[in-house]
Amino acid sequence: MEYDDVKSTIVELFRKAETELGEDVIKAIKKAYEIEENEIAKNQLKTILDNIDAAKKLKVPICQDTGLPIVFVELGRELCLDFDLKKAIIEGVKLATKEIPLRPNAVDPLTRENPGNNVGLHVPQINIDFVEGDKLKLTVMPKGAGSENTSALKMMLPSQVNEIPKFVVEVVKNAFGKPCPPIFVGVGIGSTFDGSAKLAKKALLRDVTVMDEYELRMLEAINDLGIGPMGLGGKTTALAVLVEKGYCHTASLPVAVNIQCWANRRASKVLG
Amino acid sequence: MRKMKEILSPLNKDDVLKLKAGDIVYVTGEILTARDKAHIRILEFLQEGKELPFELNCRIVYHCGPLMKKEGEWVAVSAGPTTSARMNASTKKILEKIDCIGIIGKGGMDEEVVRALNGKGIYLAYTGGAGALAAKAIKRVRGVHWEDLGMAEAVWVLEVEKFGPCIVGIDAHGNSLYSEISKRVEENFKKVISKI
Repeated sequence: MEYDDVKSTIVELFRKAETELGEDVIKAIKKAYEIEENEIAKNQLKTILDNIDAAKKLKVPICQDTGLPIVFVELGRELCLDFDLKKAIIEGVKLATKEIPLRPNAVDPLTRENPGNNVGLHVPQINIDFVEGDKLKLTVMPKGAGSENTSALKMMLPSQVNEIPKFVVEVVKNAFGKPCPPIFVGVGIGSTFDGSAKLAKKALLRDVTVMDEYELRMLEAINDLGIGPMGLGGKTTALAVLVEKGYCHTASLPVAVNIQCWANRRASKVLG
Repeated sequence: MRKMKEILSPLNKDDVLKLKAGDIVYVTGEILTARDKAHIRILEFLQEGKELPFELNCRIVYHCGPLMKKEGEWVAVSAGPTTSARMNASTKKILEKIDCIGIIGKGGMDEEVVRALNGKGIYLAYTGGAGALAAKAIKRVRGVHWEDLGMAEAVWVLEVEKFGPCIVGIDAHGNSLYSEISKRVEENFKKVISKI
């Protein structure tokens, strides 16, 4: 594996994530379209499905908000890399921005200056995990701001375990139509302040069609709110609630809710 | 089925006044993109009494930061709506200086904008995230103003044909689908959390 393999894979993965949604995501949207009864809601879901088709056919980004680039790396511990992995990812993002193209979204948080290439301090966000084996798995997740802006984190009390679902539903209620519902709700429970947020984000990488009872209970409660697609009413407010847990300090209970729009864009490839 | 209507831009105020919240419409004609920074600059121009480089009255403002590509001429690659709520405060002030307007966006706008649109204009909801489909309806890029604000924040003058479906989210008579739904959601929330 060479530097250029990683760089070109990053471009390929962003292209895929931006123009085609995963089968699980499409399946969830189609199912919602079939069971939705509200006329405006059905119209919105139809437009979403038509848009997914158009983006795939025309090979253009599904949404003009091509997101902030986030990359997850699973590094096999037996792997020896004699090149700068981070640099390969960063250069890949620059090339992807130019070639696909991606909208230059990354700016300095205070001056709001935009370098125009989606690269800057801590951007792309690169998360590295060590795993067994001798392979390198790259996953990209371009994250849009409309949904990210409605996310929330709360340091709950250890005695409030039963109130977690209420907090999750409340975050969705406050988000209303802003995050482009129907949404995916990533929930991180436990870990630390920052760790819970990371878990919530990682939850969004899971197969969205597989949920346990706890997650389904929250999904049902969210869909009883009646926000509907784009906040125009209906029974499809969320398509999935996905929870990831991490051990936490006995005195704390961090809970993070990371909201994702219907375009849950991600793509992965294993190298090596 | 609701009636599907086509509205033309520049707008005819009588046509705008006829639309009702919940109507499904398609837009044909000229629309201008504007989001956070463009709204601030429009407001600066209007407050200083300076002439805008584009006409705003009887026009449609599209809350959109498009992804554009230059292939000789500018082409819209993906151009769906952005969250309109960020423009609540500036829109209210801009509307004081405008007689007739249409807004396309997503997620709705607040009660003050609903009041400011009364007798003046409409808010149309276009499906958030449907950037590829929106770009298909953009037939030509007529020009760009304030390019110094960056690709997403500049004012792009777009020629669209049957841009939609758009839902009339707020009409010119004080009706807002968002206000109605928001009230219902608050009631539902109380019921939902008592059960969970």
